[in-house]
Amino acid sequence: MRIVAKMATGGPVEVLLVPLIAILASALLFAGFVALAGVNPLEVYALMYKGAFGTWFSLQNTLQRAAPLLLTALCTALPAQMGMVIIGAEGALVMGGLVAVAAGLPLVGMGAPVFLTQLVMALAGMIAGGLFVALAGALRHWRGVNETIASLLLSYIAIAVMNQMVEGPMRDPASLNKPSTGAIGDVYMIGTIPGMDVHWGLVFGLIFCVLTWLLMFHTSFGFAARIVGGNARTAKLVGLPVGFLVLAVTFLGGAAAGLAGMVEVAAVQGRANASLVAGYGTGGILVAFLARQNPIAVIPVAVLLGGIAASGGLLQRRLDLPDATVLVLQGILFVVLLASEMLYGRLAVPRLSLASFLRLRPQRS
Amino acid sequence: MNAILPPPPPEAAAPRALSVETVSITKRFGSFTALDAVSIRIRPGTVHALLGENGAGKSTLVKCIMGYYRPDEGSVVVEDREREIGNPRDAHALGLGMVYQHFTLVPSMTVLENLVMARADVPAIIDWAAERRVMEEFLSRMPFGVPLDRPVALLAAGEKQKAEILKQLYLDSRFLILDEPTSVLTPGEADEILGLIRKMAAAGDITVLIITHKFREVTAFADDVSVLRRGKLVGGGSVADLGIDDLAQLMIGAKEVAGSVSRLAAPADAHTRLELKGICAEDDSGTDALREVSFAVKAGEIVGIAGVSGNGQIQLVEVLAGQRKASAGEVLVHGEKFGATREETRRHRMALLPEEPLRNASVARMSVAENMAFRRFDTPPFSSRRGGWLSRKAIREAALALIERYNVKTQGPDAAIGTLSGGNVQRAILGRELGEAVDILVVANPVFGLDFAAVAEIHGQIMAARNRGAAVLLVSEDLDELLELSDRLLVMSDGAIALEVPTAGADRVAIGRAMAGH
Repeated sequence: MRIVAKMATGGPVEVLLVPLIAILASALLFAGFVALAGVNPLEVYALMYKGAFGTWFSLQNTLQRAAPLLLTALCTALPAQMGMVIIGAEGALVMGGLVAVAAGLPLVGMGAPVFLTQLVMALAGMIAGGLFVALAGALRHWRGVNETIASLLLSYIAIAVMNQMVEGPMRDPASLNKPSTGAIGDVYMIGTIPGMDVHWGLVFGLIFCVLTWLLMFHTSFGFAARIVGGNARTAKLVGLPVGFLVLAVTFLGGAAAGLAGMVEVAAVQGRANASLVAGYGTGGILVAFLARQNPIAVIPVAVLLGGIAASGGLLQRRLDLPDATVLVLQGILFVVLLASEMLYGRLAVPRLSLASFLRLRPQRS
Repeated sequence: MNAILPPPPPEAAAPRALSVETVSITKRFGSFTALDAVSIRIRPGTVHALLGENGAGKSTLVKCIMGYYRPDEGSVVVEDREREIGNPRDAHALGLGMVYQHFTLVPSMTVLENLVMARADVPAIIDWAAERRVMEEFLSRMPFGVPLDRPVALLAAGEKQKAEILKQLYLDSRFLILDEPTSVLTPGEADEILGLIRKMAAAGDITVLIITHKFREVTAFADDVSVLRRGKLVGGGSVADLGIDDLAQLMIGAKEVAGSVSRLAAPADAHTRLELKGICAEDDSGTDALREVSFAVKAGEIVGIAGVSGNGQIQLVEVLAGQRKASAGEVLVHGEKFGATREETRRHRMALLPEEPLRNASVARMSVAENMAFRRFDTPPFSSRRGGWLSRKAIREAALALIERYNVKTQGPDAAIGTLSGGNVQRAILGRELGEAVDILVVANPVFGLDFAAVAEIHGQIMAARNRGAAVLLVSEDLDELLELSDRLLVMSDGAIALEVPTAGADRVAIGRAMAGH
């Protein structure tokens, strides 16, 4: 209820209408694309629905894929509240996963309690991801480096570091074809939510989204951060600690993505390897932009995008479309969405009344 | 005031100067009527002043003449023939030219390059030697010159303005519109340029329409005047027939303007509240913008800072606001070193109203209520002591009180502050800054672009703060405003204090000379 009310006051119909228009336009473009491939678009959309939400199995598949997107989206959405465009979630996720394993393996070796080990891994992953993105924030605040470029390039460095570690010092000699770190073992893995096949990462993501939304929109910390995001000159005028706020919020965003990395290793892969680079980081950027950088709106959008990804397999099996077809839809969505930004403030919501009609007519007689 | 040349009779005007007439021009924007059947006749070879408050429709009218807007009704007549002016190019082809308030020359290029590039028919390969010969020949016919080979960035403001005017003459404009041409000039430069313009008009070379709100320029340099108010032509005629009081009456209308709060005597034992010691600072490009600025402001006095824009005033306010770091020197408040942190600003009860508050002191997309809470949102009752939970209710209620008290016209406390008019943003921010007791108030160009009623109100608030015992630093480019409000006047030139005088009995000429850096 609260959310709806907020959107209604924040920026009337537009906030919902513009993304909706963007999604519909993308759907049309994608329909044209699959039609060119000789497939009936309606059939594609019917199958996509089935593959994403149609069955209990596919719904769980969707939620499983939405879980990391919830967290990586925050890596873009939170700094965006401060007026920064951070696209380094992929790197933060990789760093989080790698460091979580590095912190977890010695504890596993000592036979430490399971919960303690998982807690340490989660904290390590969050701190690693947080520091990683805070670095981009620090470069921006103190050196004036563009944070978008910095976070993107830092991501490549993170992936290179991970590869170096996995193929070098941290390599498990038993991993032959695919260099990996040692496994943390089944006992230490994060299990699934009771009654579902979906791991606890989904719950972490939901909690993170709700908490950060409360933080940004209902505390004085978030208020201060949004002042900085809205106008840094004003923030300095009223004496806000701009540097601290930039670091804190970028750290928080990175921590979310780092936690996604920890969940990937502790709930899915069991170890760190190149599989960590699975596109969840870039998917998160898309989710954040579709959600208008609002942490609560991230939740439904992540589920939608998770669904699109989940339906790829079914399209491949039934219609003989390549697996990457759904990536085309994602790409179209992103481009159309960015283009739709220009609609804000220009959308004439027509008021169909006799008075407005009469006023439009030329007064000359 | 000054001796006024008799307006030349029409037949005496040389064939070059154009006559321009607007016939019953009406321009609407949606349901708002910006111009309502405005008819003005500008005789060839005269200087015609267009007078009016902000928003009276002056720029809409000249934009209709120049083809930026198409009037809904009415027409423009040039040399007694009705003309269809669909775009600025048509206007140029007819010999109509405009000099804008802000400079439009490319700063890194020389005057010669700027003038040649401005031509509509620049050849693909430019024979610079030939162009220079043509240009020198052209300049020799002009009453004033500018150094052709100097980059525009190195010219003084007055020279830039001359170059802008020369550009229009070079493009063969015989009807010139000058949009507040003296707003960036020292009084001396302004007089020189307007004098030259008037001479050229009197010689029949050009016809000039000058947009202004300075009465002095009208009486000293214009032949005719037209006064606009709320989109209507409310009067005008020969300047010789009208006095300043008549013009003011026409411009403001019969509406009573709230008299400013009277100045109370300053307390005798006032102590220093704000002191600057040898402040130096650089601007964004790294050149020195402030050079060892030192002065003090006592409780219960207004210290005015005068100067032509761009002489370090902006950087001075930024240093005090914490938006720019001083490279040397220190700011003392109540005798303590001041670093512009939130805690210090609050403890010393310091308020700041920088210029362009929408850009400098507010967040356009946040609501009026939120913007009004920027100073106090992290203290009770707006935030809980633990956890800092915001109370939207408290923020809203406090804003409602301020909106009422400071007469802010807004759809409500939840409207984005960016949707308010300039004067109302100013009032909203002033309300925020003066909402609580204030010991020190720093204000920069507080009435820039506001209408008369808003000016009087805001001046009243500033004077009231002074009378309550605040130390006020008023930075302004408007000398009249400073002379009206200040107790003491400092003149800034090239980043340093060039002159300090008590306002009572201040000598305009000396101030102008100090502003120009003499």
